Amino acid sequence: MTAAPDHRPTMHAATLAQRLDRAAPYLLIPVLVVLGYLAIGSTSSWLTLTVSGLAMGMMIFIMASGLTLVFGLMDVINFGHGAFVSVGAFVGVSVLLALGHWTGAPSLLLNLTAIGLAVIAAMIVTGALGWAFERVIVRPVYGFHLKQILITMGGLIVIEQMISVIWGPDEIFFARPETLKGAITFAGAALERYRLLAVAVGLVVFIAMRLVLTRTRIGLIVRAGVQNGEMVQALGYRLRVVFIGVFIAGSALAGLGGVMWAMYQEVITAGMGEAMMILVFIVVIIGGLGSVEGAFIGALLVGLMQNYIAFLEPKMALISNIALMTAILMWRPQGMMPVVKAK
Amino acid sequence: MLNALLSGDKPRSTILAVVLVAILIALALAPFLFPGVRSLETAARICIFIVLVASYDLLLGYTGIVSFAHTMFFGLGAYGVALASSHMGRGYDALVVGTVLGALASAVLALLIGLFSLRVRAIFFAMITLAVASAVAVLVSQMSQITGGEDGLNFQIPRELTPALRLGNLFGVNLSGKILNYYLVFGACLLLFLLMLRIVNSPFGRVLQAIRENDFRAEAIGYRVVWYRTTATCLSAAIAALAGSLFAIWLRYVGPDTTLSFDIMIDVLLMVVIGGMGSMYGAVIGATILVLAQNYLQSLMGAASEATAGLPLIPDLLNPDRWLLWLGVLFILSVYFFPAGIVGKLRAGR
Repeated sequence: MTAAPDHRPTMHAATLAQRLDRAAPYLLIPVLVVLGYLAIGSTSSWLTLTVSGLAMGMMIFIMASGLTLVFGLMDVINFGHGAFVSVGAFVGVSVLLALGHWTGAPSLLLNLTAIGLAVIAAMIVTGALGWAFERVIVRPVYGFHLKQILITMGGLIVIEQMISVIWGPDEIFFARPETLKGAITFAGAALERYRLLAVAVGLVVFIAMRLVLTRTRIGLIVRAGVQNGEMVQALGYRLRVVFIGVFIAGSALAGLGGVMWAMYQEVITAGMGEAMMILVFIVVIIGGLGSVEGAFIGALLVGLMQNYIAFLEPKMALISNIALMTAILMWRPQGMMPVVKAK
Repeated sequence: MLNALLSGDKPRSTILAVVLVAILIALALAPFLFPGVRSLETAARICIFIVLVASYDLLLGYTGIVSFAHTMFFGLGAYGVALASSHMGRGYDALVVGTVLGALASAVLALLIGLFSLRVRAIFFAMITLAVASAVAVLVSQMSQITGGEDGLNFQIPRELTPALRLGNLFGVNLSGKILNYYLVFGACLLLFLLMLRIVNSPFGRVLQAIRENDFRAEAIGYRVVWYRTTATCLSAAIAALAGSLFAIWLRYVGPDTTLSFDIMIDVLLMVVIGGMGSMYGAVIGATILVLAQNYLQSLMGAASEATAGLPLIPDLLNPDRWLLWLGVLFILSVYFFPAGIVGKLRAGR
């Protein structure tokens, strides 16, 4: 009688290196913030820049989240996403201008109501536009990346031109609501009120999105669809319907991002969405196509980096983002958190 | 002889052949058939855009890669000539050095971008080129000590290529250096076009088409897809840079708006798709139609807009500044219904 052969499964906890590898994308943000502090030196300017970087990152995340989910779910790359940003901004600003006596009043409640109405109007219009876009432009070209890129680019051109037809070709200047003007002083640093609001809204959107994706049934279907769409369809779910819903939600979020960006800049042009798309693409690529968390981290990195560099070396601001993208792609060629496709 | 010149890729459609010959004759004799500064400008622009669009088609139509950095390479060539001419002084050596350096720089940059993005996923390429191209455009307009910023650079080219040289009169047309310059542009563009026709009809071009149809299968047969895609990107970038150099020599000026702007990229996309992807002749047709439309259709739209001035909305839609709207609609429709463009339609209807 011999003893049982010794091939029990060996189990051990993940090593420190493995854990670090998994957590590395999350750690990049504090690392960048600390590096920024060391490079800038002054606490008050560092605090100001960090808040504005976070605000910018949150707004970019709101615009990028829809794009990355749409890609993950249906393998559709939408170059026309920027058009929704522009449309959202124009609709939102039109509402704000129409409610001039509410935004001009020094009452926080009235101001926030006006902004809320502007956001709702913008999200309804861009959501409807997204639905039409999906029907008319995207649906006939499923599965052909080349045609998708061309067609959605054409859609972008047409929508931008239509904005010029409806609102005129000139840029529109406007003022932020009364109570959101100016800054509050905290620890010697001037923090613009609007940027704090933008950070708060961005966090709410991110947390709500995470909750929907991780805690609800529809979120479960979406996540499963991203990993293996065919299997989900085989189980009897109509993924097409889910996808249309995601497309509409993504477009509406782009509209929200557009309104927020418009109030940040206090000027809107028909080409603003196209310009934002460049940052959005950088964010989506470094985050990993299809990953919401990746897009969130990527957006914060890009926002912080852009603000720090713009302070330290103004001319290098846009180049710094390209450099960031290059560095991250050298480290992880698929982006920081690539979606694992079960195919 | 003709077969060898066209690398065996004949028009394969009578109408197409007639149109192509008409365009060739019109461009070859442009200074005499259509005297006048404006029409000569248009003809030179058509020549240069044919090469630019054909080099883009090498990428989009033959290899199936979408790039948004094509104007960046075009601009690199143009700025190469401008910078060389302003630092080395007027002379042919400056033109040659600038052209060669511009083409080399483009090829190297294309190699870098290609290695980064094509290695992983072809779809990354479209987004990364968009980001890089916009960064370069911003950089060029910010580094105003070197590039002249938004104002661009004016520079001098050898006197024989400028209107200052007078050669007398032929068929009632004043022969000047400008006409010599035009023939330099025309000849170089014709050569480059025939070269590209040679490339796409070579075994190399055949592999590119195989990759476009099914990259997985091409890889399985034993072709290194990444290598072929990167080579095509570099070739296309270098030829675009050469077209840019010619454009700079013709205009004696470079600026961000004429060479680097995203509007030109959109024009090139429209020309490729409307003319016909996957055929070099598509570039000829697309570039000719769109440049002519840009120069002459806009005045027509202006007239139509004024004629409908009383109606609501329609005058705004017909405003000459809104012509991109109509081209965008045409673009979408042609991607849906005629993915092979005008040339594909003509060849199929033979």
